[in-house]
Amino acid sequence: MSLTDNWSELNPDEKFEARFESFKNPEDIDFVDEETEKKYKQAVQRLKDAIELNEPDRVPIAPNIGFYPTEYAGITAEEAMYDYDKLAMAWEKFNKDFDFDFLATSTMIGPGAVFETLDYQLYRWPGHGTDENTSYQCVEDEYMKADEYDALIADPSGFWMRDYLPRIFGSLAPWSQLPPFTDLVELPFVGFSMFPIGLPDVQESFEKYLEAGRQALEWIQAVGEIDGKASAVQGLPGFMGGVTKAPFDVLSDTLRGTQPLMIDMFRRPEKILEAMEQIVPIMIETGVRGATANNNPMVFIPLHKGADSFMSREQFLKFYWPTLKKVIIGLVEEGCVPFLFVEGAYNERLDLIADPELPEGRTYWLFDKTDMVEAKKHLSGKAAIGGNVSASLIKTGTSEEVKDYVKNLIDDVADGGGFILSTGVVVDDAEAENLKAMIEAGREYGVY
Amino acid sequence: MSKNLVELMADLREDEALDLIKSQIEDGTNPREILEDCKEAMQIIGDRFEAGEYFLPELMLSGEMINDVMEIIKPHLKDEEEDEKLGTIVLGTVKGDIHDIGKDIVAFMLDINGFEVYDIGVDVSVQEFIDKIEEVDPDIVALSGFLTTVFDKMKDTIDAIKSEGLREDVKIMIGGGPIDDQIREYTGADAFGDDAMEAVAIAKKWMGE
Repeated sequence: MSLTDNWSELNPDEKFEARFESFKNPEDIDFVDEETEKKYKQAVQRLKDAIELNEPDRVPIAPNIGFYPTEYAGITAEEAMYDYDKLAMAWEKFNKDFDFDFLATSTMIGPGAVFETLDYQLYRWPGHGTDENTSYQCVEDEYMKADEYDALIADPSGFWMRDYLPRIFGSLAPWSQLPPFTDLVELPFVGFSMFPIGLPDVQESFEKYLEAGRQALEWIQAVGEIDGKASAVQGLPGFMGGVTKAPFDVLSDTLRGTQPLMIDMFRRPEKILEAMEQIVPIMIETGVRGATANNNPMVFIPLHKGADSFMSREQFLKFYWPTLKKVIIGLVEEGCVPFLFVEGAYNERLDLIADPELPEGRTYWLFDKTDMVEAKKHLSGKAAIGGNVSASLIKTGTSEEVKDYVKNLIDDVADGGGFILSTGVVVDDAEAENLKAMIEAGREYGVY
Repeated sequence: MSKNLVELMADLREDEALDLIKSQIEDGTNPREILEDCKEAMQIIGDRFEAGEYFLPELMLSGEMINDVMEIIKPHLKDEEEDEKLGTIVLGTVKGDIHDIGKDIVAFMLDINGFEVYDIGVDVSVQEFIDKIEEVDPDIVALSGFLTTVFDKMKDTIDAIKSEGLREDVKIMIGGGPIDDQIREYTGADAFGDDAMEAVAIAKKWMGE
């Protein structure tokens, strides 16, 4: 799938322009009136200007919203994952009442029914391991064993299908008996390769798989409608097209687990590096495909285990950065905008991520506890930055304190463009008045 | 010989360290001496971590190394005589949150710094905290949390400690991703820390060290 017929002939800058042009003029959104369409286009342009390090009409406002709309609208987190009518009510109410430049997406909440059918082990979610009002949370484990690097490296898709998926989805456990598709080479192979599919437990697992697919389709129609409506009725574009991850985090968060992977850094460093190289093109493709499918060039990359408090600069430079950098460059070459969310702090990394080999004006770094003034100093002229109103301020501060913080932040780092006002963390819990104060302050002080 | 083991372990040369320990056991070295060396090495590792020379990967590896060492020498250890502890700490991630990486690091650092640590896990209810406090009578209670929804859970836990009449008996510290001084004030904790080193420094200060 590509955006234009001559896609392969375009250079990265042309692809960037083409993606934003398409994002700004979406064919599938039926705006209620011209005013709404104008507002939508303005928001997209505002974002594009900030990314390209130009001064927009004002600072784009894009807080990072998680489960907070459930609390705000008086439903539980569990209801949002299972009852799409309630999900729609809550997100519609939130988007209407807060009305910043972009929509808070309903897509990140996820379909509880699908997880249940698959018997998802990697996460606990509201009502299934966490309480009804608490966000889903990852359960780390050694889903890939220390001696399985070679299998992963030789055939990532095969490893995912026959080793990883059976471990993270209880319902797909029988898939460990599946032969690789690559068996299907010539006529005599076919019968041998197909018979495991006929085993009763494998058949049952496919039935679950089909059921989960139907449930996921129902969900995507529901959330597509919710988000689509926010665009059409309110003129709010989405802020996120695709999602992908740093190769190190793929290994750490979901395959090996943080502790085992850190021990691998001493015991089998070469295997980690080789595996990450294999994962690079996969992560680029995932991000690009999402951006194209959702007609939005922003590719969200939450960054986890490379933060200041997790590893040394040397370890960051050896294990984390080289393959992340390849993912960033791969996305930019396809006209996408890597949207890197630095959870924790990168105070010791700012000089490293200001890498001269990265294209200028093509990335967005969202910071949490990183010093914003230092970030601006290092990334000025290179990348857009955003952040970093804290969850604690939004939850326990006063509206005045929030406004003061935003004003100072804008004074400090918004000069010359390249700044997006956001929260430093994903907001699950907040005081409504404070979140509103942040948005108002952005409108008031963020005008160029 | 003995100095050598401390160095090997502090430098995280695990294979060499384990080989040396095996040969020491064969030679009839008192396993308590080996244990003392291990403790000294862990102190050095802790110091290097605090100095920013070591990071989590080194800490994780050292924890793994200690497990391996204990497996070798445990069968040779006679009855454990308890060491004098700096203080007792009850530690857990509050209700609704199952994050454990940060909490585990804090537990590990407190442990190697001489504290008796009761790690009661993740998703710990208010009642479980109260029960454990009543059971072990700690000097310090440490609450961990990563989600932004933990602010209220921490506050609830501390409020309950108060209403149970236990607040005067314990010092309370909180920590985790979004925790800062504003949340310390909001929850009524005595202190917050940004990382495991701060947790140790605060605990030592409270115990008059």
